[in-house]
Amino acid sequence: MDVISIKAAVAKDNAAKITGSSNTHAKPKKIRNVFERAAEAIFFISASTAILSVAAISVYIFTQGAPAIFEIGIKDFLFGTTWMPSAEEFGIFPMIVASVCGTVGATVIGTVIGLFTAIFLAEIAPRWLASIVRPAVELLAGIPSVVYGFFGLVVIIPLIDRHLGGGGDSLLAVIIILAIMILPTIISISETSIRAVPLAYREGSLALGATHVQTIFKVVLPAARSGIMASIVLGVGRAIGETMAVILISGNTVQIPNALTDRVRTLTANIALEMPYASGLHSKALFATGVVLFVFIMTLNLILNVFINRKVGE
Amino acid sequence: MKKACVYDKMIYFLIWFFAAATVGILAWILVNIVSGGIKHINWEFISSMYKPGLDLHGIFPMIISTLYLILLSLGISAPVGICAAIYLVEYSKPGKILKLIRFATETLSGIPSIIYGLFGYIFFVITMRLSWSLLAGSLTLSIMVLPAVIRTTEEALKSVPLAYREGSLALGATRLQTVVKVILPSAIPGILSAVILNIGRIVGETAAVYLTFGYATRIPSTIMKSGRTLAVHLYLLAKEGASAEREYAYATATILVIIVAVINILAARTAAGIKKHFTSDAYTEGGNR
Repeated sequence: MDVISIKAAVAKDNAAKITGSSNTHAKPKKIRNVFERAAEAIFFISASTAILSVAAISVYIFTQGAPAIFEIGIKDFLFGTTWMPSAEEFGIFPMIVASVCGTVGATVIGTVIGLFTAIFLAEIAPRWLASIVRPAVELLAGIPSVVYGFFGLVVIIPLIDRHLGGGGDSLLAVIIILAIMILPTIISISETSIRAVPLAYREGSLALGATHVQTIFKVVLPAARSGIMASIVLGVGRAIGETMAVILISGNTVQIPNALTDRVRTLTANIALEMPYASGLHSKALFATGVVLFVFIMTLNLILNVFINRKVGE
Repeated sequence: MKKACVYDKMIYFLIWFFAAATVGILAWILVNIVSGGIKHINWEFISSMYKPGLDLHGIFPMIISTLYLILLSLGISAPVGICAAIYLVEYSKPGKILKLIRFATETLSGIPSIIYGLFGYIFFVITMRLSWSLLAGSLTLSIMVLPAVIRTTEEALKSVPLAYREGSLALGATRLQTVVKVILPSAIPGILSAVILNIGRIVGETAAVYLTFGYATRIPSTIMKSGRTLAVHLYLLAKEGASAEREYAYATATILVIIVAVINILAARTAAGIKKHFTSDAYTEGGNR
């Protein structure tokens, strides 16, 4: 689900249904009919490439990865704590922990900052100020992830090293950079869904004597709940899938972190770091890592669909 | 009442504080990257080859590789995406197949780029024997940007007023003629802004490109050759971590940020153009009706 589609869904203001509903067009000549049909076929095939791609991706990742999971053993693979390809030990538990911790931490921070910024943009900011902040958020969304990683490397890591020690490349650095990266997603979708709350809700609340702040937190936000939740789930998806930025700042040591300043390696980093030279079971184990990631993402997509399909403002 | 007042003020403070934090973070990143990089950007940096052994640190090959990748990826994904959007907006009827296509595009847009990289690697690079090449990279990226191209093109098509279609059909044009001669021309600005936004995505992509296009530092002479995009270059410079290379990493990051900023401005301009186009046009059309 991309930002635009969700915006379209939460805003629910699709301008009239425009599906050229013309079962009554003039009867064309035969040759013209052939063109028409050929064109429609081409359009249809193009649209079907999406289905084909999803099928191909799922099949390839699973057929490459699933056998390895059984060869290693589901328990040893998912809950094993040693990742040592040279000794044929493939336990990804530390990386699952790292991915989950990094994502949860980033989501908590990103949600707090993002949600308040969204409230600011939708409810509080004067128009001129919003017209400065909004492009800033869009720019934040456009900055390539590797630039965020580089920023983390040259700014955040030394900062952590100076104040908390431990070298700086750590779970904390991952959390901070991922939080910044998911900010624009959370802000723009939450803002759209807050704006989609009918004005009457606010008027009713204010008329009952509630203050502006009470109205925002007791009326508007609950009404925009599903859109906000969708934005958070989407942010989680972005955080858990991020790879290159994370490699630059996480230290990439396979271990279960005991502290925020410990080095970690995420699932995604594991794939990108070792894929270029892996072979045999090692390579298959990396695909299996991909399978785990894929399952995570699919679960998130399902959750997301639940939120999207709920009507906004109910 | 007094208590509520204090509470409200605190909340107001928090809202302003976090909004300022968002803008502050952006400013912090921009100032840091650009101030660290802008002084190292000069003609030599942009136009020379990358041969660290010969003390050449230019990014010319990376710029060309990035351009090639953009052109080929969009060359594949734009026609397919636009045709798919036409099907979805103009032809499709509600039903199982439509639901399946929607589900597929939504799923595609949720898949993280590393999974695309993994798929591209096993499918295009290994199975199809394309090795690390411009072609393998472009094919992978075109699948990756496909849902976004479809989505944004759909929006552009939907923003074409219904009256255009009705007018064309009423004049006896067929559905295909209506699409090609009436709807597409009116939707071009919107499609253009879709394409521009996806350029930004291709420029910024690292994980999928790294696993399919590789990182050779020469200019790819054919589509079967490997190459290194700006983003991958920045990644490798940053990862290798030699402090002497830091300035070149800063400069590369600055160039990436500048490209993205330009793309954002262009896309916003085209998008604004569409609104203007239709509000003025639709009114005159409406007036004549």
